[in-house]
Amino acid sequence: MIDVQNLSKRYGGFTAVDDISFHVEPGRIVGFLGPNGAGKTTTMRVLTCFLPPSRGSVRIAGHDVLEDPLAVKRAIGYLPETPPLYADMPVEGYLRFVSEIKGVPAKKILGQVEHAMKRCALLDVRDKRIAKLSKGYRQRVGLAQALLHDPQLLILDEPTSGLDPKQILETRDLIRELAGDHTVILSTHILPEVEQVCEEVIIINKGRLVARDSVVNLRNRLRGADAIVLDFFADGATLEPHSAEVVLKAIPGLARVHFTGQKDGRLQFELEAEPGRQIRSAAASAVVSRGWQLFEMKSITYSLEDVFLEVTGADSDASSSADALAGEAEAQ
Amino acid sequence: MRNIVTIAAKELRSYFVSPIAYIVLTVFALVFGIFFTVSVESFIRYVLAQGQMGGNVSLDLHETLIARLMGTINTIGLFLVPMITMRLFAEEKRTGTIELLLTSPIRDYEIVLGKWLAAVAFYTALLVVSSLNFAILLYFSNPEWKPILVAYLGLFLTGCATLALGTFVSTTTRNQIIAVAVTFFACLALWIADAVTVFSSGAWAEVIGYLSLISHFNDFSRGLLQAKDVVFFATFTFFFLFLSVRSLESLRWRS
Repeated sequence: MIDVQNLSKRYGGFTAVDDISFHVEPGRIVGFLGPNGAGKTTTMRVLTCFLPPSRGSVRIAGHDVLEDPLAVKRAIGYLPETPPLYADMPVEGYLRFVSEIKGVPAKKILGQVEHAMKRCALLDVRDKRIAKLSKGYRQRVGLAQALLHDPQLLILDEPTSGLDPKQILETRDLIRELAGDHTVILSTHILPEVEQVCEEVIIINKGRLVARDSVVNLRNRLRGADAIVLDFFADGATLEPHSAEVVLKAIPGLARVHFTGQKDGRLQFELEAEPGRQIRSAAASAVVSRGWQLFEMKSITYSLEDVFLEVTGADSDASSSADALAGEAEAQ
Repeated sequence: MRNIVTIAAKELRSYFVSPIAYIVLTVFALVFGIFFTVSVESFIRYVLAQGQMGGNVSLDLHETLIARLMGTINTIGLFLVPMITMRLFAEEKRTGTIELLLTSPIRDYEIVLGKWLAAVAFYTALLVVSSLNFAILLYFSNPEWKPILVAYLGLFLTGCATLALGTFVSTTTRNQIIAVAVTFFACLALWIADAVTVFSSGAWAEVIGYLSLISHFNDFSRGLLQAKDVVFFATFTFFFLFLSVRSLESLRWRS
């Protein structure tokens, strides 16, 4: 659906997007993640033919953005960062105008407008002037505008920015619903949003693509192999952590063991397996066969925040922006 | 074609939901109404005075009254045209809706033509308002109607040309005040360009003088329909519409 090859975009001396390549399969829902100023909006504007690429090629649904922009634009529904709304128009009138310029056949316009309003829960404000709508409604009008011509590809630039938490959840639900019929690419600087909504994630930082994978794989990527936390009661608190460690080290397939603490008479360890090996059952039986009581065993998962920190970690600026990211994520 | 009509209809609609259309129409009807009344009255007084003195009253109604009134409409238009075109693109650029137009499957020239046609339609509405005054004149006297029609064609063509210029200026800025000011002064400069022929008579003066909008319009207002004037206005209009399309295109490369 999207095929981007060595895309670069420069403004004068400033390089906003630097040699990005990626590919998106039809029907996927892809998150475009990065701190503010990373080049997300610029990339999206190139995809939508609003800006021409400085170098490289972009093909959408088989059409090149420079050679056949009209075909590309027909295939795309686009919600820019600020919804492009005419404040003096009523909601329904605006949506009719947009369906006309998007090339919806005259006979289908009424039905498409009705359908888009229903999907985005706009029926109760259809006659209201856009100027009078709240921010949440405006965002929904913007989303409805992008759906009118049933585009194969939806490009949403920060679709939840500026909404309240309830509206954010509603918008995310709506996007997930849309994913069935459309390919969706959405940009955000909010990590949990990507984890909740997207199947794949593309992380860019300072105009460069730093990671590109499925959400699940990216999380696993931090640790190449199975990793668990083991928490157990040792013999009447007489057991030294060191001697417990010796026992655990005997587990077949173990790569690393690390003592993390002692609490209420329990010992806690982090265990990591060799790549491709499962150690959970062996670890459990090692503990139980010594007569220790297993209190808890859980696998370690890493959030995208950790991934983000790792993939951008080489750069001190990037990690500070990732801190800001994590902060915003908590604020969510 | 359908896209041009869609854009033009949307544009016309937004003229009439904003106060600008009503302000422009009212100002125009009022100002021209005053000019019209005063001119007709002084014309009648002049004719009566001539009659009382026993003079031979053979004034050309068109030359002494109608042609001047046409010039008045044109001059008022000079002030109103910038107000008609200022928001066409500047507003879209300011609010970001230009992104919707430029990412829709329509061509740049369709956007430009649609917006310009809406401006022309609105300007034509002004001409229609002014024609009511002449309808009164036609009802109570019998001036020749053909020169009036030619004069109106001149007004229309001048409008097309200056509106094209204003459309172009609007594509270059996101500030409507700048759009108004630049359009006004550019029109004014072209209006009086033939003044240079008074001071100098070289080839350059002739070229600049040729660009004068008013000298081409004057032929029309006298009732003279000449191909060279029609060609001038058509070329002028086409040139600025072409520049507008290029300017819109360049937004993509510059922004």
